Amino acid sequence: MSLATFKGGIHPPDRKELSKGSALTRAKVPKTIIIPLSQHIGAPCSATVEIGQEVKMGQMVGKADAFVSAPVHSSVSGKVVAIGQFPNAMGRMVPSVVIENDGQDTWVELKESPDYLNMEPDAIKAKISEAGIVGMGGATFPASVKLSPPKEKTIDTLILNGAECEPYLNADYRLMIERPSDVIEGLRILMKLLGVQNGYIGIESNKPDALDMMGQAARGTSIKVIDCQVKYPQGAEKMLIKAITGREVPSRGGLPMDVGCVVHNIGTAVAIFEAVRYGRPLIERVVSVTGKGVREPKNLLVRVGTMISGVVEQCGGLTEDCVKVVSGGPMMGFAMGTLEMPVTKGTSGILCMVEGETKGSEDYGPCIRCGRCIDACPMFLMPQMLSILSEAGFYEECKDYNLFDCFECGSCTYVCPAKRPIVQFVRLAKSQTKPG
Amino acid sequence: MDPAKKEHELLVSVSPHVRDSVTVSGIMWTVSAALLPALGAGVYYFGLSALYVTLICIAAAMASESLVNWMTDRKGSLSDGSGFLTGLLLGLNLPPSAPPYIPIIGAFVAIAITKMLFGGLGFNVFNPALVGRAFVLITWPRAMTTWSKAAVGLQQVDATTTATPLGIMKEGVAVSGHTIKGIEALVHEFGTKSDAYKAMLFGNIGGSLGETSAVLILIGGLFLLAKRYISWHIPVSFIGTVAVLAWIFGGIDNETGKMIFFHGDPLAHVLSGGLMLGAFFMATDYVTVPSVRKAQLIFGIGCGALTVLIRLKGGFPEGVMFAILLMNCFTPLLDRKYRTSPFGLRKEAAKQ
Repeated sequence: MSLATFKGGIHPPDRKELSKGSALTRAKVPKTIIIPLSQHIGAPCSATVEIGQEVKMGQMVGKADAFVSAPVHSSVSGKVVAIGQFPNAMGRMVPSVVIENDGQDTWVELKESPDYLNMEPDAIKAKISEAGIVGMGGATFPASVKLSPPKEKTIDTLILNGAECEPYLNADYRLMIERPSDVIEGLRILMKLLGVQNGYIGIESNKPDALDMMGQAARGTSIKVIDCQVKYPQGAEKMLIKAITGREVPSRGGLPMDVGCVVHNIGTAVAIFEAVRYGRPLIERVVSVTGKGVREPKNLLVRVGTMISGVVEQCGGLTEDCVKVVSGGPMMGFAMGTLEMPVTKGTSGILCMVEGETKGSEDYGPCIRCGRCIDACPMFLMPQMLSILSEAGFYEECKDYNLFDCFECGSCTYVCPAKRPIVQFVRLAKSQTKPG
Repeated sequence: MDPAKKEHELLVSVSPHVRDSVTVSGIMWTVSAALLPALGAGVYYFGLSALYVTLICIAAAMASESLVNWMTDRKGSLSDGSGFLTGLLLGLNLPPSAPPYIPIIGAFVAIAITKMLFGGLGFNVFNPALVGRAFVLITWPRAMTTWSKAAVGLQQVDATTTATPLGIMKEGVAVSGHTIKGIEALVHEFGTKSDAYKAMLFGNIGGSLGETSAVLILIGGLFLLAKRYISWHIPVSFIGTVAVLAWIFGGIDNETGKMIFFHGDPLAHVLSGGLMLGAFFMATDYVTVPSVRKAQLIFGIGCGALTVLIRLKGGFPEGVMFAILLMNCFTPLLDRKYRTSPFGLRKEAAKQ
C-alpha cells in the first residue's frame, strides 16, 4: 500500500538521529524567568500583575483582550520584578513580565475534571481558552480559535499532526512514544468538543515506533493512525489534510474548516489534555535541543520563560564550531542573534548548527528557470516568477502568480541551484502589497 | 568557551537554513560531462580535427564571455560552466572539417551577442549555441555543409566528403537514370534498412560531430534524465512528434515523386540529423524553454512539427536548429499561458 502523501515537496536529510534517542527530561528551572506577553499570533496580552506582586505557578500574568489571543501564565511561583520590553526569538522587542523564582513551585488552585469526556463542549472550550493553549508546532495560533468554527461550517474530521516534517526536531516524536495515551486523550477531548467521529493521527513513516505506540494506544477507539510518506512539508496543515482525507483546502485564504477539518499538533493535544483533565495552563513545553553545534542533544521539558542560553548550557553548551542557532526547525525556524531570550509556547526546537551544515546569507545568481522550484512547491505555485518579479520590484504583478497562496515552507529555496532566497523575495512582495 | 564571545559570532540569516547541494555550475558541468560520449564518437569517426574544432569553440566561447564581462565591468562568470557548455554544444553542431574561423566567430555570436548582451546567463531569449550555428550556417553555407565521410582512425589525412542521411533522403541518389529519394535512397546507400539504422545508431555516417551517434547521445540524455536535471517532457514530445509526422508525411513514391501518406520511415528521421542532440541537450536548455511541464509538452510538439516541416518541405535537409530557435520565441508566451493552478483552486473554480 502506498503511503499517504501530497504532490510536490522535498527530501532534505532528516537528521532526527541526533536527538531521537534522548528521553524527555525536565530542564532546570532558572532563578529568573521572562514571560513575553505575546507568544502567539494575534493580539498581545495586557499584564494583569504589578511589579512587586507575588505570583503562584500557573497564575495568569497576561490576559487576552481579543478573540484571537491567548492568556499567558507564570511558569514559576515568586515575585514580579520587572515589566518591560524584551527581545523574542524573531528579534522583536515585546512587552514581557519578569518573575523571580522562589523555588517553591507553589501552584495556583487547579480545577481538575476527572470526568473530562463527559463535560459540556463549552466548558471544555473555556478550559482550553483559559489555559492559554496555542499551536505548539511553531505557528502559535490560539487553539481556542480553531475550535470555534462558525455555525455554517460543519467539522467532521479532526487530525493530529504527528508528521514532524522539519528535519532535526523530535519534540512530537518523544511525546508520541512516551505519552501516547495523553495524546489520544487529547484527541478524544477535541473530538468530543467538536462532535466529530473521524479522528486521525498522521505520522511520517520514519517514526515506526511512534506509529506503533500510537496505534496501540488508539486501539478500542475510532481513531486511525495514518502512515505518511516522509516528505517536507508533510506537516503543513493543508498537505496533511490532503494526504489523509484527499481534500484540498481552497486557495486564496481558505481554512481547514472550509473542508470540514481541524488540525492540531501533537504537543497541543497533550497540552489540551493537561488543561482539561488537570486544569493546568500551558507553562511548560517540549523543546528539542539538537544539531551538531550542541554537545549533548536532548529533548527537554522546559518552563516557558527559561532563557535559551540556560537550556543550551544544560545540554553541554555550544561546540566551538557552532555558527548558527535557530529557534524551530531548519526550514522555517528563525536564526537568533543571541541566546539571551526566553523559550516561549512556540519554541519547538533549539537547533545549533555548525559550519558546513548551514550557511549565512549566500551569494546568489540569476534564475536559470530550471523549474525545480515549481516541482517542489506543494502549493503548485511558480516560485521562480515570484522571485524574479519581486526582485525587480513588481510586487503587484506577483499576485498574478498567486503570491498570497505561499505559506513560506521554503521548499523552493531549498532546491534552488542558483541559491536564490526565493522565500525572502516572497516575504518582501507580501509586505509591499495587499491580498485581493 | 566564552559565551559572550560566542554570542557575537552567531550568524543570522533568513530561513531555510539548509540547502540542497545542487548548484548551477554543478548542473552545467554535469551536462557537459554527459556530452563527452558523443564527442568521443565524433573524434573516433572523424579524427583529431573534430576535437580541435570543439576545443576552439570552447576556448572562443569562454574568451568571448570574459571579454564582455570585462567590457561591462561585471565579475567573471566562467565558473558557472555555462560558457563552456555552450562552446561544447556549438562544437558538436559543426562539421568536423570546419576551418578555424568558423568556430571562433560562431562562438562569439553565441556567447557575446546571444547570451551576454541580453544580460548573461538566465536572460537570453535564444539558445546561444544554436544562434551561433545559424549565423555561421547562413554566412558560410558551403563550408558548413561539407561533411567528411566517417572513417575510423585518428590520422585522417585526405578526407573524402559525403552527404548526411537526411541529405541523402532529401536530395536523393541517382540510380540508372532517375533519382530515388526517401528511405529507399538510404537503403541504396547503406545496403539494407537495418544497416542504415545501425550506421545511424552508432555514428558511422556523415554529419556534424554530435549528430553522428544517436545511441551515445541517448546515453548522455538518459543520464541527465536519471539525475533529474532534465525532465522527459520535451525530449519525448519532440521526438514523438517527429516520429509521428515523419510517418504520416515522410513517404515518397519514387515512381511519381509524390508524397504518399502513412508510408514514411519514422526511425530514419528519429535517428538521423541533430534530433537526439537537439531534443535532449538543446531543447532542454532551462533558460530558453518553458519551465511549466504542460508548456514544455507544447514546446516539444512545436519543435517536432517545425522540424518535420523543414526537413520535408524546407530548403535545408535538417530543421532541428531552426525549429528550436523558432519555438524559443514562444517560451515566455507558453509559460504565461500555462501558468500552474495553485493547490485548492481547481476545486473551488469547479464549484462556481
